Amino acid sequence: MTPLLATVTRKEARIALFGAAALAVAATLPLFDTGFYLSLALNVAMYVVLCTAWTLFSGPTHYISLASAAFFGIGTYSVALGIDTLPFPLLVAVGFVASAALAGLVGIATLRLSGVYFVIFTLGLAELVRQVVTWAQTNFTHGVGLYVFTDFTETHIYWMLLALAAIVYVTGWLVNRSRLGFALRIIGNDETVARHVGIDTARAKVLLFMISGGFIGIVGACLAPRFAYVEPPSAFNPMISFQVVIMALLGGTGRLWAPLLGVIPFTILFDQVSAYFPNHTSLVIGIAFMAVVYLLPRGVIGFVDDMRRLKKRFRIVLVEDEGALGKERAS
Amino acid sequence: MMEILITGIVLGGTYALIAVGLTLQYGVARIMNLANGENLVFACFGAFWLWSTLAINPVLGVIFIAPVAFVLNWLIYVYALRPLVNRARNRGQLEVDSILATFGLMFIAQGVMLLGFGGGYYNYNFLSEPITILGANYGLNRIVALGAAAFIAAALYLFLNHTRYGTAIRAVAVDPTAAGLVAIDVPRASAFAFALGGALTAASGALLSTFYTFNASMGTLFTMKALIIVIMGGVGDVRGAVIAALLLGITETAVASLIDPGLTLAATYALFILVLLFRPQGIFGRHPA
Repeated sequence: MTPLLATVTRKEARIALFGAAALAVAATLPLFDTGFYLSLALNVAMYVVLCTAWTLFSGPTHYISLASAAFFGIGTYSVALGIDTLPFPLLVAVGFVASAALAGLVGIATLRLSGVYFVIFTLGLAELVRQVVTWAQTNFTHGVGLYVFTDFTETHIYWMLLALAAIVYVTGWLVNRSRLGFALRIIGNDETVARHVGIDTARAKVLLFMISGGFIGIVGACLAPRFAYVEPPSAFNPMISFQVVIMALLGGTGRLWAPLLGVIPFTILFDQVSAYFPNHTSLVIGIAFMAVVYLLPRGVIGFVDDMRRLKKRFRIVLVEDEGALGKERAS
Repeated sequence: MMEILITGIVLGGTYALIAVGLTLQYGVARIMNLANGENLVFACFGAFWLWSTLAINPVLGVIFIAPVAFVLNWLIYVYALRPLVNRARNRGQLEVDSILATFGLMFIAQGVMLLGFGGGYYNYNFLSEPITILGANYGLNRIVALGAAAFIAAALYLFLNHTRYGTAIRAVAVDPTAAGLVAIDVPRASAFAFALGGALTAASGALLSTFYTFNASMGTLFTMKALIIVIMGGVGDVRGAVIAALLLGITETAVASLIDPGLTLAATYALFILVLLFRPQGIFGRHPA
């Protein structure tokens, strides 16, 4: 077996260097501003991780997961429940394991079947977990709200999210070149073919969904200190699931970094809309969904690819024409 | 015990109409319409408006509301969803596209209703007097709503099973290509089924509003329950949907009154998981060949 680093192509190395430089530049932001721009950048970083983790599973398989809010909330709750007794990094790990476990259960129940069952199941999942948590808290503990007091400032959370983004990108790259990633691309293209060449399709899908869900859980865990006061409606906010889907689709799901192209504009747009037109947020999300489906079905990245291909074809035609002209002149 | 059964059947009766509406839209028109719950909420507000401004009885209001919903859904299908049907290369593509597009519709409808009515809860008094059945008291409005729902469901059953056009619609549900070969206008039948599904959902919304407190953003919850019912009953199966709806209504009422009202969704999901694990083709569905 060749060592991992020896198999990195020159192009991949260039992308890795560029990505590391971009992250390093992004990490210096708190030195310049710790107010509005840090807050906005924190939101961007959060959605970048969420959308990339979502794309990890939904990109190759085309299954639309609406479970993000459930995983996110479980991560937040893992931290909120244990912050007084256990160290923070351990709680983040608990958040990862708990979210991945839930993803595994959902996957086993639905991923053997067609995509519609999966969408329906995940549509209500956040609401289901919220109900169960509320019920458990009112019946077995003292109250529904929990306080999360830590020494973390927004700067720390921002750096944690940037580090997490790096981990998710590396994981995505590793998955992509592994047997699992290859299996998933075949499943996404044609599930029947995948089954016939001997891929355990259900197992591959469940595994990847667990990885994706686990990362979303970590984001929720990292964000818990920012909430300070955690209660079920804020931790299991179903809007998160929809925003993740629309941002990832706006960017495009064909490549690992493509969601970035959707996250940045949409986070800024949404920040402005909720600041100045708070009653119009659903309307904006609705129009964004329609716009993506009808105008950019493969996201910004798909649009860019189409334009490039068109330009290339155009250039070939031009060259051919010139050749024909030259011949005419010669004769 | 009897009380749980009757309250559950009343609740299930309203679920049944929504689920039948959805099963027509998904089974015949092949559109997974996640905005269907918004039809219901629109109808709730419509019935409320008719009753409070024109004093039109909500049960009669169905006669106005259902046709309006029919036309609206027809337009939505023809102008928003048919392009997706034409564009899709396979069934999976259409499913993903229609899910995303109807999410858009859902949020737009919710946004419009939030702007029009705000986020508050609404209800109104209609026939809210007690009626005694087998020694227990029930709201007369609930019983009237159940009767009206049963009447509509029976009319639909007769239409689908004993008329020519109803048979054509069932044929499209079974196999659109083969239906086209025997001279059924498939695009038109799909549009009709989609619009009819929306009208049925709206009818159930108007009936629901007589005894239920509603608000602008509750549609998604109903859509989800209706979807679960559709899968439990088997996609495209009207009879299965009705039975699954009654089952769900009774289960929810039992859990709410015996364990905790906060766990109704957990009960729904428990049923859903059982169906997914043991009969994913639906209670009455046949195994795919």
